[in-house]
Amino acid sequence: MPTTARAPAALELQQVSKRYGRVVALDDVSCAVAAGEAVLLLGANGAGKTTLLRCAATLLRPSRGTVRIGGLDAATHGAAARRRLAVLGHESFLYPDLSAVENLTFYARLYRLRDGAARVATLIDRLGLQGWAHRPVRALSRGLQQRCALARVLLHEPALLLLDEPFTGLDVTAREQLCTVLGEVHRRGAAIVMSTHELAIGLTLCRRAIMLVGGRLGWDGSVAPGDAAALEDRLRGGRAQAVA
Amino acid sequence: MLAILLKDLRIELRTKETLAALLLLGLLILVVLSFAFDPMSPLREAAAPGVLWVAVVFAGTLGMNRSLLRERDNDCLQGLLLAPVDRGAIFLAKALANFLFMAAAQVVLVPLFVFFFNLPLVTTVTRLAPVVLLGLLGFAAVGTMFAAVSLRTRAREVMLPLLMLPLAAPLIIAGIQASTALLAGAPLAAVAHWLNLLAAFDAVFLVVGWLAFEYVVEE
Amino acid sequence: MRSPDLTDRILPPAVIAIMLAALYLVFVRVPTDAFQGPVQRIFYVHMAMWLSTFTAFAIVGVASLLYLVKRTPHWDHLGRAAAELGLLFCTLGLATGSIWAKPIWNTWWTWDPRLTLTLILWMIYAAYLLLRSLANEPQQGATLAAILGVSGVVDLYLINRAVYWWRSIHPAVIVDRQGGTGLADPLMRATLIVTMLAFFLVFLWLLRLRLRAARLQDAVDDLRAELA
Repeated sequence: MPTTARAPAALELQQVSKRYGRVVALDDVSCAVAAGEAVLLLGANGAGKTTLLRCAATLLRPSRGTVRIGGLDAATHGAAARRRLAVLGHESFLYPDLSAVENLTFYARLYRLRDGAARVATLIDRLGLQGWAHRPVRALSRGLQQRCALARVLLHEPALLLLDEPFTGLDVTAREQLCTVLGEVHRRGAAIVMSTHELAIGLTLCRRAIMLVGGRLGWDGSVAPGDAAALEDRLRGGRAQAVA
Repeated sequence: MLAILLKDLRIELRTKETLAALLLLGLLILVVLSFAFDPMSPLREAAAPGVLWVAVVFAGTLGMNRSLLRERDNDCLQGLLLAPVDRGAIFLAKALANFLFMAAAQVVLVPLFVFFFNLPLVTTVTRLAPVVLLGLLGFAAVGTMFAAVSLRTRAREVMLPLLMLPLAAPLIIAGIQASTALLAGAPLAAVAHWLNLLAAFDAVFLVVGWLAFEYVVEE
Repeated sequence: MRSPDLTDRILPPAVIAIMLAALYLVFVRVPTDAFQGPVQRIFYVHMAMWLSTFTAFAIVGVASLLYLVKRTPHWDHLGRAAAELGLLFCTLGLATGSIWAKPIWNTWWTWDPRLTLTLILWMIYAAYLLLRSLANEPQQGATLAAILGVSGVVDLYLINRAVYWWRSIHPAVIVDRQGGTGLADPLMRATLIVTMLAFFLVFLWLLRLRLRAARLQDAVDDLRAELA
């Protein structure tokens, strides 16, 4: 997909560090995700993936360094930056006592979408939630909740999608569906940064991978669908490196 | 901001958790405190405003945790934080929601109070209304703010009253003093300084909350 | 701190010297108060505590605000050190006040406005320190405590007004303590000033020591983290 040379990076981290008191979660991490690029975020547990994603989502303020979303500095233009991104994690961010429709309408209002109702209806159809849309979210199965969460994420058509272990707890069908939807979203031009342990699925979507080792940038390179085993080796080696 | 407020109200209408907690706790405290006074003694009437405010304060403290705890299910607070919404606006919306819940609870509690203490209904309600409303607003502001603070500690339920009550002391004192005077028949002008204090308290903590909320909520 | 060595060399002996002077004045030189008897001597110490308590509170407020704005650990350490010392001096102040009150007015506690204010202050200090230790993460604890610190200071004026108005409604059963500094004897006044100065210097000295301890603790933790 042709992108103008001057299009700002969807996500840019410049020398980002995050300390929690004595613990250093991220150490001088710099990287950039171009507009429309899909990147796989790898690393052992505790390597800093979630911290990085949360910094990118402007949920965490880095101890040092800058985070830019679509060219906007997250520290000074937080609200505008947040309009361009969406996060999908293990938690659905949906209010359990409200129905899916009510949740989505709420988020549409929160993001000040003009045609909110129409978008909600379209997404409900597209994700196959018709029968369940008016039940309270607490009554839905995990897979359905994740689908509703997906609807929430797509509502405002973000330019950057941050995914933190989105496939956890989903059965095969749900995973496939999520993958399909993500593929569509990517084709339409959104950038994706995904952290997952499911390398095989991740590689169907992403052509580039970033590996974190002990909070630092360990490796950054292109990948192809067949690289799963090689990446796993790297991960294991990376962990050994961090310990030594 | 309006959206958040409406959302909170809608959830509350559906579940009525917070309202139930506020009402029942308030009633419980009113009853228990009534045990402290001999029904015949004049001390009872003198202590009446105090009892009402104690009930309001403690029930409010306990009920306030609920509204913020609710955001923890499914990590909804993160969802709110991810939206392009000013953090201070989230605080104001929650504080207002809490204020409305407490006010709604008072609609039932004050008549009960009147009932238990044998006071004239309409005059009591009309006289106390301004004080109670001003007091509840300030209480909601401090409470919402420090409920968010105490959510980030290990001893959540204990922290909130511990943090709030010393700071809310001017509110409690002003509320009780003004109520006592008003119930005894004093005109509003006589308690103007108390009302001003309450208004100042409200303003101060609404502003402090609005400014500081993002620090509480970020990491 | 600007010139550590110079201040370090001067401060301790100065504190000791002035404290000795104060003790001498309070227990030996100053004449016994005609009405209150020897117990009155504790009054000098009591007032001295008061100065340190409120200074500490002011420091907590300022340090909290600066920490929220600048986020350097220094302000956090200052806030905590001031709060700890403030709590200490506040407790001593309340205790000496009670000890003084019992023989004079035959009551351990009065709802004197200043006393009530101090009590509320004590509770805010205690909450501040408790908040720190109960926070889920130390850095978060620092931020939360700073918010409490700022709120406390901002609230102080309102608390002051409320408490004074409250007590002015009922006729003062007990003579306002402020009348106590209508000390006739110039020697008494001098004693008061010297004692206040002595304890204030102790407060400053302890503050420096506590700050240094906090900084050293940080350095130790850093080293430990590096070695791990």
